Amino acid sequence: MCDVAGNRNRVFEIFGIPSTALFGQLLIGLINGSFYALLSLGLAVIFGMLNIINFSHGAQYMLGAFVAYLLLQYSGLGYWPALIVAPLIVGITGVIVERLFLQWLYKLDHLYGLLLTFGLALIIEGVARNQFGSAGLPYTLPDSLRGGQNLGFMFLPNYRAWVIVASLTICIGTWFVIERTRLGANLRAATENPTLVRAFGINVPRMITLTYGFGVALAAFAGVMAAPIYNVSPQMGSELIIVVFAVVVIGGMGSILGAIVTGFGLGVIEGLTKVFFPEASNTVIFVIMAIVLLVRPAGLFGRRA
Amino acid sequence: MLDARTPLLTIDDLQAWYGESHILHGVKFDVHEGEVVTLLGRNGAGKTTTLKSIMGIVGHRTGSVRFEGREMIDSASEHIARAGIAFCPEERGVFASLSVEENLLLPPVVKPGGLSLDQVFELFPNLKERLGSSQGTKLSGGEQQMLAIGRILRTGARLLLLDEPTEGLAPVIIQQIGKTIRSLKEQGFTILLVEQNFRFASTVADRYYVMEHGRIIDQFANAELDANVEKLHDYLGV
Repeated sequence: MCDVAGNRNRVFEIFGIPSTALFGQLLIGLINGSFYALLSLGLAVIFGMLNIINFSHGAQYMLGAFVAYLLLQYSGLGYWPALIVAPLIVGITGVIVERLFLQWLYKLDHLYGLLLTFGLALIIEGVARNQFGSAGLPYTLPDSLRGGQNLGFMFLPNYRAWVIVASLTICIGTWFVIERTRLGANLRAATENPTLVRAFGINVPRMITLTYGFGVALAAFAGVMAAPIYNVSPQMGSELIIVVFAVVVIGGMGSILGAIVTGFGLGVIEGLTKVFFPEASNTVIFVIMAIVLLVRPAGLFGRRA
Repeated sequence: MLDARTPLLTIDDLQAWYGESHILHGVKFDVHEGEVVTLLGRNGAGKTTTLKSIMGIVGHRTGSVRFEGREMIDSASEHIARAGIAFCPEERGVFASLSVEENLLLPPVVKPGGLSLDQVFELFPNLKERLGSSQGTKLSGGEQQMLAIGRILRTGARLLLLDEPTEGLAPVIIQQIGKTIRSLKEQGFTILLVEQNFRFASTVADRYYVMEHGRIIDQFANAELDANVEKLHDYLGV
């Protein structure tokens, strides 16, 4: 990506690595981290409130990308409206899934929620593969985000800068709402003791439904943002979700801040590994996960063991 | 509207279950507006379950719970709260992930006529000092109890269900809780109190019901307390 642009930049070396390669991988790391953070944030919100490990999160991310693609193909709705409409549509399907299926599982073991959402993921992916094939469909960049900036030491494509800024904004916004507002206080309290919160007159079941819808909408939002970077393909979610689950485990199940910080952090670590020790770049996150599980089983930001 | 003789709360043939275990076997009593009524009884007699059944937070319940003339037995817990009943659980239910202020502001106002924050602080000056504390559960036991009572006074609920508010507290704090309950009564709150400590109860209650094995087995007014002390010792095993 930076090869062409790199020629125009002053190249210097850091630990024997050309600066363009280093910054290029750092940027890719931040992009990946943006998606890790958005997806693990959604998982953390859902797990905190519903006690459900949402294995269909990857499929819902993929659905977001496909809805954006279909909106463009069949109703001419471009990237910017799709960024709002697709998460809304996928979020509503999430609300339906919660009302139809998930609400019956809260009192059961985690395993049942995991199996149900895993099954849903398989169905969603299978249907998508049947309809669209597995080759992947292109989604063109919005005109307003074409091109890029020459920062002097590297070339920064506008769209990638936008992805990082948008992801950070959504993550910090979500963190703020949960940790610093009345609504967030209700959510935190309902996570701790739903029965008592209900006995105060707060409609906890509705809050749970909307939380699931919101978490799923976050996944779909990430999917729309991913569409112009990666191909829109049925398996785009399942490839990513394994890493995202590792991120969630490292950050601590249910920890909002943990999901955000480890999402971005691990994206960057993964990017740097590609520069310094490429052979380990696919496994480094899982190695970190294993170490964290040994030293801090509740995760870096987890409160409960 | 209620006339003066209709009780604010009428419980009739209340039965409740936790899973397979049948806890309440036809509880029957009533509470009039402005009264402080105490449920006495040994551990496991069903006092807490009675409060939870009124609040709609036991697994399964049948019978009748009428509040302001409205049948509540099939209502969801949040609707019961919105009708104007507030619950302070035995374990206090102070939230660890919420600051003291967030804990205090958590229960939504369901009716007009609740206490203002300043009035809550008048009753519990300690709470005002601890308002900035980051974690509700870092308060002392007494402060947590004040927080648990204080937060439900804001909601405008007319009937307060207090489950053993003095449990595990120092005598000086118990006195303060007693003073608070008397002051709330003067302000027109109706209170249904669960207590093991009948010495404390005798400083606040108008009437008593005694529970055993999930039933009401006796009742008397505060004026009759002296005449019933012997019997009471028998019931409570003290």
